[in-house]
Amino acid sequence: MTDVDVSPEAVIRVRGLRNQFNSHVVHQGLDLDVERGEIFGVVGGSGSGKSVLMRAVLGLRPPQAGTIEVLGQRIDGQELERSRVRRRTGVLFQDGALFSSLTVRENVEVPIKTHYPDMPASLRRDLARLKIRMVGLSESAGAKLPAELSGGMRKRAGLARALAVDPELLFLDEPTAGLDPIGAAEFDDLLATMRQALGLTVFLITHDLDTLYAICDRVAVIGDGRILVAGPLSEIEEFDHEWVQDYFHGPRARAAGGASRSGS
Amino acid sequence: MNDNPDICVHPDQSSTLIASGDWRIDEAAALAVRLTSFSAQADSLDASAVGQLDSVGALMLVRAAERAGIAPRNIVLRDEQRPLLDAVIDASSDGEVEPESEPAWFIFLAHVGEFTASFGGNLKLFLGFVGLSLSALVRTAFRPRHWRITSTVHQMEQTGLKALPLVVLLSFLIGAVIAYLGATVLRDFGAEMFVVDLTVMAFFREMGVLLTAIILAGRTASAFAAQIGTMKSREEIDAMQTLGLDPVVLLVLPRMVALIFMLPILATAAALAGTAGGMTVSALSLDIGPELFMSRVEETLDLNHYLVGLAKAPLFAIVIAMVGCLEGFKVTGTAQSVGERTTSAVVQSISLVIVINALAAVFFMELGW
Repeated sequence: MTDVDVSPEAVIRVRGLRNQFNSHVVHQGLDLDVERGEIFGVVGGSGSGKSVLMRAVLGLRPPQAGTIEVLGQRIDGQELERSRVRRRTGVLFQDGALFSSLTVRENVEVPIKTHYPDMPASLRRDLARLKIRMVGLSESAGAKLPAELSGGMRKRAGLARALAVDPELLFLDEPTAGLDPIGAAEFDDLLATMRQALGLTVFLITHDLDTLYAICDRVAVIGDGRILVAGPLSEIEEFDHEWVQDYFHGPRARAAGGASRSGS
Repeated sequence: MNDNPDICVHPDQSSTLIASGDWRIDEAAALAVRLTSFSAQADSLDASAVGQLDSVGALMLVRAAERAGIAPRNIVLRDEQRPLLDAVIDASSDGEVEPESEPAWFIFLAHVGEFTASFGGNLKLFLGFVGLSLSALVRTAFRPRHWRITSTVHQMEQTGLKALPLVVLLSFLIGAVIAYLGATVLRDFGAEMFVVDLTVMAFFREMGVLLTAIILAGRTASAFAAQIGTMKSREEIDAMQTLGLDPVVLLVLPRMVALIFMLPILATAAALAGTAGGMTVSALSLDIGPELFMSRVEETLDLNHYLVGLAKAPLFAIVIAMVGCLEGFKVTGTAQSVGERTTSAVVQSISLVIVINALAAVFFMELGW
């Protein structure tokens, strides 16, 4: 984490991405760069293909055309390289996607066991407990099954699993959706702390304007099958596009933006 | 820079420990071994020579410091690694301990106890649900405006028409097997002709209804449980109730009525298919041609046998529909629970069908019907 290159380096590089379901084209000639160490937010209307983009970058959905590089490796490359990339990335799905038959602690242990099978069991357990506490859950939550947790706790547990092996790159799909405003703000804080402590790069899909203003360094707006604009929020707010203007200058955006500016 | 992580006593000051190398998750196993064999008391820990540090490494540093009697906050560290160490120290034990899970035998006994205790409750629940549904049926029967005709016909198609090919095929094959078995045994006595009696009696009296009921218990009870369970977990049932709609009238009655109509029809089809299976085997391996077979059927088959078999059909239909729907209503929020309830619906309805069939067989035999 310490010898991080100071010069911006693309952690995710997408070129000419094309995704389509039968005749329905979701992405067409989509280009995207995410640089090391930043929190990169992706916004867009419902059905604009945010989740499809993330699934493509994660290699869960082979694209129809285009190249995707994650951490310098092409995701359609050899299985060995892909598994190396997987070790260095963590994913938090929308509702946590915790394995329902395992307790929270066992869930957090799964990636450790998969990627570092040689680690002694006691150390693995302690590491899982550490991650559970780092995301703000109490240690007693570790013995619970996912079904026994509230939505916010499930997300935290999912984050603990995503962070289990100290990834460099973290994918988050709507991390604050379904949380109350207090919980959402806490989650934003948690992400900022984790980023500072672990030196993470974060790729984040969100609808939450507060999250955008609170923690994102750069934001990309997805629409018409491509990235309409990407950059710091101050630039995006000025971008001349109907959806972007509606989104960033609607009543909710003014409240979020105003709060952020007065806060900073 | 030395990449292998290590910890040692400072060569000049024995009260200082020096940590060096990359303290990372890749080296965690080796580091754990090194730490357990290392014991020295010291006043300070200098980790500024550590190259890369991740949270496992930080956890190990904290442990090493604690073993040596140093407060983890006093570890000397490069500035950029400070936030990580602080986060790990903050997250270190909050005193609340994860409860130990009980031993396996304890959990097993607890399950047995829970199952036994819940058995009476489940029986009561089932009888209550049957009563609720039957009273709703009687109430709606006199109010044609409340009949859900479209829904009922749809369920008839789903549970009846679409099950027909499967029921016919399986009955035909089992009819053939019974005839074949009978032929093997009866040939020794020169009584091949009784193969006809065996097949026809078996299918019209017992197998036709039983086989159909078992197939529907597997096919339809599971479908009912999954459909209603999914609706329950998506709060559709709650939405119905807030609109003043009765889920029993809307969901349970069409399914029950459809099954009551379709099960006898399917059972008849099964009996005919089974007989056809027997006839095929007779013609091929016993030299009993279809004409001979049919004339023997006319001699032996009473309408009584058919009616005794058919009398059980509505009962089976109600049991299958009730078990399937009730298990659906028992679903709680999760998708996992839909799966559990579906399995339980199949197991319960098949068991109940077989038990009821056995009781009915004894009952009818004793009455001499």
